[in-house]
Amino acid sequence: MTLPPQARAVVIGCGIVGNSVAYHLTDQGWSDVVLLDKGPLPNPGGSTGHASNFIFPVDHSKEMTQLTLESVRQYEEMGVFTESGGIEVARTEERMEELRRRMASAKSWGIEPVSLVTPAEVKELVPFIDETVIVGGFYTPSVGVVDSLRAGTIMRERGQESGRLTVQANTEVVGIDVEGGRVRRVRTTEGDIEAEVVVIACGVWSPKLARMAGASIPLTPAVHQMIDIGPTHWFADAKGDIEFPIVRDMDTNMYERQHGSGLEIGSYAHRAILYEPEDLPSVEEASLSPTEFPFTQEDFTLQMEQALELMPSIVGDETVGIKHAINGILSLTPDGMPILGELPEVEGLWSAAAVWIKEGPGVGKSLAEWMVHGESHIDLHSSDAARFWEHQKASAHVKARTGEGFNKTYGIVHPLEQWASNRDVRLSPYHAREQELGAVFFEAAGWERPQWYESNAPLLEEYGERVGRREAEWDTRWWSPIINAEHLAMRDRAGIFDLSAFAIFDVTGPGALGALQQVSMRQVDAAVGRVVYTPWLSPSGGFKSDLTIMRLGDEQFRVVTGGAHGMADYKWLRDNLPADGSAQLADLTSAWSTLGLWGPRARDILASLTSDDVSHEGFPFAACRTIEIGPVRVLASRISYVGDLGWELYVPIEQGARLWDLVWEAGRAHGAAACGIGVYGTTGRLEKCYRAFGTELESEYTVVEADMAWGKVKDQDFVGKEAYLRHREEPPAAILCTLTVDDHTSQSGIARFPMGREPILTRDGDPIVDSKGRRSYVTSAGAAPSVGKHVLMAYLPPDQAEVGARLAVEYMGERYPVTLDVVGSAPIFDPENTRIRS
Amino acid sequence: MPTLVYIEEPGDLAQQSLAFARGLGEPLHALTAGQRVEVTGVEHVHHAEGDAFASFAPAAIARAVVEVMGTHSPSAVVASGTPRGNEVLARVAAITDLPLAANCIASTPGDGASVTRTRWGGSLLEEARVHADTLLLTVQPHAVAAEDAAGAAAPVESFTPALRDEDLVVTVRERVGSSAGGVSLAEARVVVSCGRGAGSPEGFGIIEELAGLLGGAVGCSRAVTMAGWRPHTDQVGQTGTKIAPDIYIACGISGATQHMAGCKGAKAILAVNIDPEAPILASADYAVIGDLHEVVPAISAELRKAGTG
Amino acid sequence: MRILTCVKRVPMTGGKIVLSGDEQAIETKHLGFTISPHEECGVEEAVRLIEANGGESVVLTLGPPEAEEQLRDAMALGADRAIHLVTDGNEWDPQATAAAIVEAIRADEAANSPFDLVCFGNESADSGGYQIGIRVAYALGRPVATGLKGVSLDGSSVRCEQEVPGGRDVYVLPLPAVVTVLEGLNLPRYPSVPAKLRAQRKPLDSSSPARPEPRLEKLRLVVPESQGKEAEILGHGPDAAPAVVEVLQRIGVA
Repeated sequence: MTLPPQARAVVIGCGIVGNSVAYHLTDQGWSDVVLLDKGPLPNPGGSTGHASNFIFPVDHSKEMTQLTLESVRQYEEMGVFTESGGIEVARTEERMEELRRRMASAKSWGIEPVSLVTPAEVKELVPFIDETVIVGGFYTPSVGVVDSLRAGTIMRERGQESGRLTVQANTEVVGIDVEGGRVRRVRTTEGDIEAEVVVIACGVWSPKLARMAGASIPLTPAVHQMIDIGPTHWFADAKGDIEFPIVRDMDTNMYERQHGSGLEIGSYAHRAILYEPEDLPSVEEASLSPTEFPFTQEDFTLQMEQALELMPSIVGDETVGIKHAINGILSLTPDGMPILGELPEVEGLWSAAAVWIKEGPGVGKSLAEWMVHGESHIDLHSSDAARFWEHQKASAHVKARTGEGFNKTYGIVHPLEQWASNRDVRLSPYHAREQELGAVFFEAAGWERPQWYESNAPLLEEYGERVGRREAEWDTRWWSPIINAEHLAMRDRAGIFDLSAFAIFDVTGPGALGALQQVSMRQVDAAVGRVVYTPWLSPSGGFKSDLTIMRLGDEQFRVVTGGAHGMADYKWLRDNLPADGSAQLADLTSAWSTLGLWGPRARDILASLTSDDVSHEGFPFAACRTIEIGPVRVLASRISYVGDLGWELYVPIEQGARLWDLVWEAGRAHGAAACGIGVYGTTGRLEKCYRAFGTELESEYTVVEADMAWGKVKDQDFVGKEAYLRHREEPPAAILCTLTVDDHTSQSGIARFPMGREPILTRDGDPIVDSKGRRSYVTSAGAAPSVGKHVLMAYLPPDQAEVGARLAVEYMGERYPVTLDVVGSAPIFDPENTRIRS
Repeated sequence: MPTLVYIEEPGDLAQQSLAFARGLGEPLHALTAGQRVEVTGVEHVHHAEGDAFASFAPAAIARAVVEVMGTHSPSAVVASGTPRGNEVLARVAAITDLPLAANCIASTPGDGASVTRTRWGGSLLEEARVHADTLLLTVQPHAVAAEDAAGAAAPVESFTPALRDEDLVVTVRERVGSSAGGVSLAEARVVVSCGRGAGSPEGFGIIEELAGLLGGAVGCSRAVTMAGWRPHTDQVGQTGTKIAPDIYIACGISGATQHMAGCKGAKAILAVNIDPEAPILASADYAVIGDLHEVVPAISAELRKAGTG
Repeated sequence: MRILTCVKRVPMTGGKIVLSGDEQAIETKHLGFTISPHEECGVEEAVRLIEANGGESVVLTLGPPEAEEQLRDAMALGADRAIHLVTDGNEWDPQATAAAIVEAIRADEAANSPFDLVCFGNESADSGGYQIGIRVAYALGRPVATGLKGVSLDGSSVRCEQEVPGGRDVYVLPLPAVVTVLEGLNLPRYPSVPAKLRAQRKPLDSSSPARPEPRLEKLRLVVPESQGKEAEILGHGPDAAPAVVEVLQRIGVA
């Protein structure tokens, strides 16, 4: 076999992911696709070859769940899926609570049936378990096992049968050539291939391949230990690979699954054992395969004891031997999500890495859609390969976070849980002042941001009952009532916010306006000195981002967007710049720092600091201009995400501390409080019903559904316009609504507070599904201290979306009554927006 | 000073030992025990006699070697690196407290003699220095050329070594069993073997069929015997049987060093493997790239068609 | 009765041996380690004999601190306790190894009672010296039989079977005795999980004897040059069958 000299796309890696990407590219119409692997087929020696191959569909992440469900659909279609059922068992009451939360996620993402089961019921399903060790379980009948090697072969062969795919094994990539920022050719041991597009689907080797092109795929190879014991009489009559449900022993970070006549025991509990891709041996140097390392017993002894506790009748059987034991190598990323999409460093170079068996085919299809059509059906923003900031690509960061994250594989991870490792990476100029004020820091894009300030504790007394108290430990974890008190102080007087995590880009040049018009839904051709808030849409009219753009000059625009998604926005904008070089893009995130000042006293405070006109008439809403505060020239922008009078103040980072001191001093005279992101990101925005990207705004919802299709559609062309125009003509399948909880009292008499992602149900407990098959769930939840309520946002189908509708939310296994307050985007606090325009 | 060679039985291996010993220095003396063995190309044959040598008696033979060492002060004592050659020389080494270099392929005699010896069943070589007045070594079988056995038999000097009681304990009392039925793996002209890729004990059906058609023996990898699919007597490898067939048909055998140590003696190797990069291909003469479950039955069918099966 | 089995920690090599930079050892960063195969059968045999006759099975190794892994593996197969002669990782030559083992045996026997049987592998998988068991036997003044594929106890003697062309040669040694065994003597069990866990808690005595100057001094290791063969590809898949038969006919076996 000889390598074709050129290809439309070269996919590197014949694991589950590469096979799937290659097949789906051909299925969606591309021809001249080449699939390579350095190893032999069907098992080239990567992680697919030793995977445990089972799939539990329920995950708290919607994105992961959707990828998994799509994968299961494909595995079933290929005839390689065996449904076995699966039970996640709890040894503690705390874990039972987590299983109740998983029940909720299952309902939110539409995985049914699922049920909580008693120890006796678990015993009935899995007769070899010691049910006295557990307090209950979460049963998912649709759990199953796949033959991932066979699936890979089927997809590969389908691609080949179409005549559009050439497969070449035993061909190692030795270089990836980049010319003019674009991938040009793949150099292999069997010759070179000119390629328009290259996909790295090399699992644990991916970082090494990316480096060949000067790009980064920040993942680390890590050990997952597995042993195979058997044969046992329990499975003596087994006809297939698996006939009993798989058990995940969540509290010990382990699983046990039948494997033919034996039992496979795997663990994520041992110390994190991390490697570099360069540590992996060649096929011929390896004892087993390059991704099956020698077993290290000392890391597994505790796990053996725990498996023995749970399944003594098999694991404790002296006649059942340990047949096989390996340290299998798999991929871990610093944030636990896959790395999918075009790499920001090299045009045409795509990553399909850090993908496990359960997501493989779904990832393959989604990535192929993205490559061929510009976007995927499943919103992949959490997996976007462009999401990483520079510091997140550092090996020390990757090691630290994967090391910390490994033992959370089955962990009980609070939605607001903060990383402990590699903190204090990006510090705002206000950081020292904030520390003095007892700030409790949360991390955003590496920035340390105050979530609340302990020094504001006296405000609790000031606001008393209005603050709202929480009793359940889970509800108070990573939370403080001080957030609500800061909120009220802001509404009464003023709040000072550290917004340094904003990503800030300048677009300049004669082509700047055109470029921004192209990506922005709203009219960007505003007067100099105006601020425009606009969604960015995907080609099919879903949300790609939402952000503000300041026009600083005829040919100068400043884009301000959220830090978490900033790098992906940067890439999207860069990808849409005119080819003629008439617009330049610069990332100024590390040059400018932002201080927010809002509240009824904001103008008084600012006026006391500047001689510039900051009156309503002199500095109207949505205006921006440079003012002088003492010796500091500050770009002030009169907008608000907390729905109050005030400004974002942009200052060069090195002068930030000076600005803080001036504003702080002036603010004290007016009773201003330092306010954390707890107010900015949750309470302030929620009672104003402001949407957030990544929760309400996702690519699978439209502008009309989010009720943001105000005003007329601009004449200029923009990405997603055609779809947007169509959506405006159609009745929406769902509409974003605001609901409030009527009664927080649980059966045990404790007030409980949902925090997002819970299912919205009818009062009878039935799930609510729209005409596109999407379930209603809580996109965001939080306190609205000004109105004394707990607010939930959710998309609801039109027949349920009526003000006053009486519905329910399921939280931790119990249903709470809710009432629909607002259909669409009207705020529940200050509905006339008088504050912001005062 | 002479070089003393222990000759267990005449044949190719003995001639290899003699050739190797000659390189260490002449004159050559041979030592035989029990049954008389005709040895050519040496100056003297020391033949140990006595009841103790009626059956193989390694301890007594070792004592005889030590006695000759005492009377003739050889600069080196050599034997074949066979199980018995190694055993006898190890006993000599234990009695004399001399170092022993087993399974050598080369040696330079002299003060601080150097040897090159095999490790890992021949997959690795060690260069070593021997710190001793008398060099004890055994010769790796089939690693050096044998010398011609033609010529006149050397004069034999019989002697009855002075044995101790303990030397009489370790002696073969009886021989039991016999190589039961079928073709012996070690002596088969054709060996067809398979690894774990057979999938199950039943998976060896197609291997047995092909071996049967060729009048050959069935072999297997160590993984297969450890899994209990085949008896250890079928295992080809460093710790199994070392084979020397005219052709070794290795199906789904990757070529781990431990396995290759057992099939080095094959005159030709045909590898049937799905992986064209499998290490065994570096040692094979012929290869078929493909799934053994498809290829092996096809070969059997072709043999039947050709009427040779 | 008491049985001692001596084992050696050796790497599990793959398809290709790579040497460390100083050519003194195999590069093992990618490799696991195991008990040298003959000795694993020795451990299994000792455990079976003790299971049948009662008593104590002891396992001994001379090796680096990491060799504790192999002692624990042996105890997972059923050995009752272990003796670890800890080295700094440098190889010991056969005489030094044997002398250290003899000293350890004498010390243990002085503290307890003599071993009825001391069991070795016929030769180690890595250095293949074919002599440790014999040297130990002579030093202790005990009879030794080698290369055994059958070991059975008969009162005060041990019946030893050695596979030879044409059958099995039988030796009968009075106890106490030394035997060196071969893989195939038995099929070692896979350890159970409880056995693995018990092994972690079984007693292990360690000491660090001094390493004498080697008399068989390893200078360096060399990977033999491959034959540089280029296999002739007869074809892909079942279609290659006629070409294969042609080769078989040419060789004269079909």
